[in-house]
Amino acid sequence: MSELHHTSLTALAAGLRARRFSSVELVRAFLARIDRHQGALNAFISVTGERALKEAQAADAALAAGAPGALLGVPIAHKDIFCTRGVRTTCGSRMLDNFVAPYDATVVAKLKAAGAVMLGKTNMDEFAMGSSNETSYYGAVRNPWNPQLVPGGSSGGSAAAVAARLVPGATATDTGGSIRQPAALCGITGIKPTYGRVSRYGMIAFASSLDQGGVLTNSAADAALMLREMAGFDPRDSTSVEREVPDYVAALEAPLTGLKVGLLKEFFEGLERENEARIREALRIYEGLGAKLTEVSLPNLPLSVPVYYVVAPAECSSNLARFDGVRFGHRCENPRDLRDLYCRSRGEGFGAEVKRRIMTGTYVLSAGYYDAYYLKAQRVRQLINADFIRAFQSVDVLIGPTTPTPAFEIGAKTADPITMYLNDIYTIGANLAGLPAASVPCGFVGALPVGLQVVGPHFSEARVLAVAHAFQRATDWHTRVPQGYA
Amino acid sequence: MSAWETVIGLEIHAQLATKSKIFSGSATRYGAPPNSQASLVDLGYPGVLPVLNGEAVRMAVKLGLALNATIAPRSVFARKNYFYPDLPKGYQISQYELPIVAQGSLEIVLEDGSTRKIGVTRAHLEEDAGKSLHEGLPGLTGIDLNRAGTPLVEIVSEPELRSAREAVAYMKKVHTLVRYLEICDGNMQEGSFRCDANVSVRKAGTQKFGTRAEIKNLNSFRFVERAINYEAARQIELLESGGTVVQETRLYDPDKGETRSMRSKEEANDYRYFPDPDLLPVELDAAFIDSVRQTLPELPDQKAARLVRDYALSAYDAGVLSASRELAAYYEEVVRAVPKEPKLAANWVMGELAAALNKDNLEITCGRIPAAHLAALVARIADATISGKIAKEVFEVMWAEGSTPDAVIEAKGLRQITDTATIERVIDEVMAKNPGQLADYRAGKDKLFGFFVGQVMKATGGKANPAQLNALLKQKLGG
Repeated sequence: MSELHHTSLTALAAGLRARRFSSVELVRAFLARIDRHQGALNAFISVTGERALKEAQAADAALAAGAPGALLGVPIAHKDIFCTRGVRTTCGSRMLDNFVAPYDATVVAKLKAAGAVMLGKTNMDEFAMGSSNETSYYGAVRNPWNPQLVPGGSSGGSAAAVAARLVPGATATDTGGSIRQPAALCGITGIKPTYGRVSRYGMIAFASSLDQGGVLTNSAADAALMLREMAGFDPRDSTSVEREVPDYVAALEAPLTGLKVGLLKEFFEGLERENEARIREALRIYEGLGAKLTEVSLPNLPLSVPVYYVVAPAECSSNLARFDGVRFGHRCENPRDLRDLYCRSRGEGFGAEVKRRIMTGTYVLSAGYYDAYYLKAQRVRQLINADFIRAFQSVDVLIGPTTPTPAFEIGAKTADPITMYLNDIYTIGANLAGLPAASVPCGFVGALPVGLQVVGPHFSEARVLAVAHAFQRATDWHTRVPQGYA
Repeated sequence: MSAWETVIGLEIHAQLATKSKIFSGSATRYGAPPNSQASLVDLGYPGVLPVLNGEAVRMAVKLGLALNATIAPRSVFARKNYFYPDLPKGYQISQYELPIVAQGSLEIVLEDGSTRKIGVTRAHLEEDAGKSLHEGLPGLTGIDLNRAGTPLVEIVSEPELRSAREAVAYMKKVHTLVRYLEICDGNMQEGSFRCDANVSVRKAGTQKFGTRAEIKNLNSFRFVERAINYEAARQIELLESGGTVVQETRLYDPDKGETRSMRSKEEANDYRYFPDPDLLPVELDAAFIDSVRQTLPELPDQKAARLVRDYALSAYDAGVLSASRELAAYYEEVVRAVPKEPKLAANWVMGELAAALNKDNLEITCGRIPAAHLAALVARIADATISGKIAKEVFEVMWAEGSTPDAVIEAKGLRQITDTATIERVIDEVMAKNPGQLADYRAGKDKLFGFFVGQVMKATGGKANPAQLNALLKQKLGG
C-alpha cells in the first residue's frame, strides 16, 4: 500500500479495475500525502477531501458493478482555473475568493464522466498570469526539488503536486508555457494540445486565442490516458474543433525509425550551457532510437515574446472586464457610486501583475495605438505560424529545450517583469501558432530537473506523445522523485 | 425655399425574432420577470463562451438580400469594450470592420408620389445590452439582463435623407420590410424597432457636411419626425446667430419636444474594438445564400407593383395596401370575393376599416370584420341593395356587433328603395307638404333641389336609391 503514490496513473486505473485496491484506499492515501506536504508546498488552494471520499465510494460501487470509465476511481486535481460546480473556483485571485461556480467546466465534466475523483483545486498564478506561481493571492507555491525555488507557472500548483506525488495527475492550462514550463522546472511530463482540441468552456479566460487546457502527469503514457478522456469537440466552445480524438494510448508505441526531428536553431540561442548539454544528450538518445536530426530555422520566432505580450494582454484586458463587482466576485465595501464600485472592487480584487497586463492590453487596443501594436502583433503572429507550417513540411517534430534555465529562486525575478517574461521564450511560439507541445524531464543541472520540449504539427498529439513516450522507455528521468517525497 | 438643407442618416436597430438569444440558449420573450431569461452566458459568468445562433445569421442574410445588398462571404464579430452595469461582460459583441451586409439600398415614395433611392451603408449583427431600472428602487439601480444578448441587426443608412418626413418614410419602409421578412416583430413600444438619427445642416447647394449631432433611441415615427425637426431648427438658429454646432450625442425628450445634450465627442468612449477571439469568422458560401434567397417572400415593392397590375389600383393605393403583408392579404381576400370591384374594395379597406381599426387601436389581423363580411358589404353596394351612405351605417353595426351585412340590412330594413311607384308617392307627399318651397323652386330657385332630396331621404330613412330619386324628383318638380 505504501507504494501507491509511486504507481503511475495508468497502473492505478488498471489496479482499480482489477480490484487490487479500492478508490477509497487510494483517495485516503493521496489525501494523507496532501495533508502532510501542503504546508511546505502550498500546491493546493482547496482540498475537497470529504467530497472526494464520497466520490470514491461511488466509484468503488461502480467498479464492483463493472461500470465503464477509463479513470473510474482515479484521484486527480484540477487547476483552480476550471469551474467546478459547488466547489470554490478562485483562479488564484482575491477577486474570486468567494466565487463558487454554478456549473462544471467541460474538462471537469468529461473527467468526471470518465470516473476520475477530484481531490482538490491547485494553486496557480493569478488568472494564469505569471511564470513562477508568485502572483497567486494564495501565496507562492514551492518547488518540491528545493523549497527556495519556484515551481514555474502558471500551473505551478498542479506541477508541484504531481512532482511531489500528492496526486497522480492534474489538469492545467497553457497560454504561453503554463503547462510546459512548470513541468520542466518540476521534473514531470506536461502536454499542451492543439488549440481547439480541448474545450475552453468553464476554463476562466486569460487570453482566449492562446489558452488551452492540458495535463500534468508523471509520464507521457499517463498524459495520453488523461488527455484522451478530456479532449474533443464541445458545442459550447466555438473555437473547439470538430475532429475525432484518436486513442492516444493506443498510439504510444509507434516506432521512431525514420522520424525526422528538427532542431530549432533559435531554440539554442540564449540557452544556458548545462541545459544545452542535457538537450544534446537527449537528442543523441533519439538518434539511437532511429530518428534523423536536421537543423531548421524559424526566422520570426525571436519575435514571439513581444508579440505575445501585446496579444495576450489585449485579450485579457477585455476578458477581465466582467469582474466589476456587480454580479459575482469581490465587491468593495460601501461604494459611493458606480465609478467607485468599479475602481475599488477591481483595485482591491486584482493583484499587481494582472493590473499591469490589463493596462498594457488597454493601451495596445486604444485608438491611435491599435494599428501599431495589436494589428502589427497579429501580423507577426501569422508570420510565426507560417514559419512553423513551413518547418513541418520537412520535419515531423521539433525538439529543443523547454526553458533557458532550471528553476530559479522565489523573488529572484519579481522585480523585473521583462526577465520573468523571457522565461517563456521557448514555449510561447507553440501558443501563437496553436501547436501541440509537450515537455518531458531529460536530466538534471545540479540537483534541478531540466525539460525537453517536443512540438508537433496541428492535431499531432498522438505523435508528440509517442515521441515523448519513446524517450521515457529509454530513460528513467521521469521516475525520479524529489528528496523528501519518496 | 430655405437657405439651409438638413442632412440625416439613420441607424435603425431591429430586434431579430429568433426564439433564443444570439449567443446563448435563453428565450427572448418580452416582459418576463427580471432576470428570468438570463443564463450564465448572458450574465457573463467566468468561463462561459458565446455560441452564434445560426437563425440570426439567416435573418440578417434575408434582410441583406431584400436590400439588394452585398452579403459578406466572411464577416467578423468584434468586441466593443466599455463598462456599464447592464453590460455584463464589459463588452458588447458586435460587428465592426467586417459586417455581414454592406452596400444595399431601398426606395421610398415621397408625398408628391415621386420615389427616391436611399443607400444602406451596412447592416450588422450585434447583441443588445440589459436594462438598468430605477423606478421603485430609491437610491438603488436594478439590473434586468433579460434583454442582454437579444439579437439585433443595426441598419445604417447613408446620409442621404433630406427632411424629417423623408427620414420617417425611410424608417417606415425598413419597418415594412423587416415585418415582411418576418425577421422582426416591429413592436416599437417594446423597443423591438428603434433608431438613432444623425442630423446636420448645411447651406443649400454646398457639398460639405455640417457638424452632426446624434439623437439616441427614438422609438416612434412621430418622435423621429419631431426630434429631427427640432434638432435641425436648433442647429440653424445656432449657426445663424454666429454659433457653431458641437459634435455630440443628444437625447430627445418627448414631453418637452426638445433634444438635449447627453455627452460630447470629447467625453465619448474609446471602445477599443478588436475581433472577438471566442467566435470564429462567419463564412457564408453561395449555396447558403441561395438557399436563403429561396425563402424570401414577395417583397413590398413587388407586391405594390402587382396590385397596380392586377387590380388597376393607383400607385398610392397599392403602396398603402402593401405597407403590411397582413393588410395586403386581407385586401386580396376581399377582392377574390368581389373580383369586379377592386377599387371599391380598396376604398373600404383603406377608408372605413382602417379608420375603425385605428380608432380602437387594433391590427388588421384582429378578425373583428372578416374579409368575407367586408366583401359581402362591397357586393351589396355594387348590386345597389344599399347606397354607399347606408353602407357606412351597416359597417358601424358590423363593427359593433360582428354581424354580417345582410343580417344588418334585413334587421334594420335598410334595403334600398328602388321601386319607382314608392319613390314617386313619397315625392308627391313632400311636394304637398311644402307648397311654398315648390313655388319658389318653380320660380327659378334651383338651389332648393337639394332641400327636396333631403326631405325625401328623410321620409324614406335614407333608403331611396339616390340615382332614381334624382331623376324622378327632377321630373316631378319640373311639373
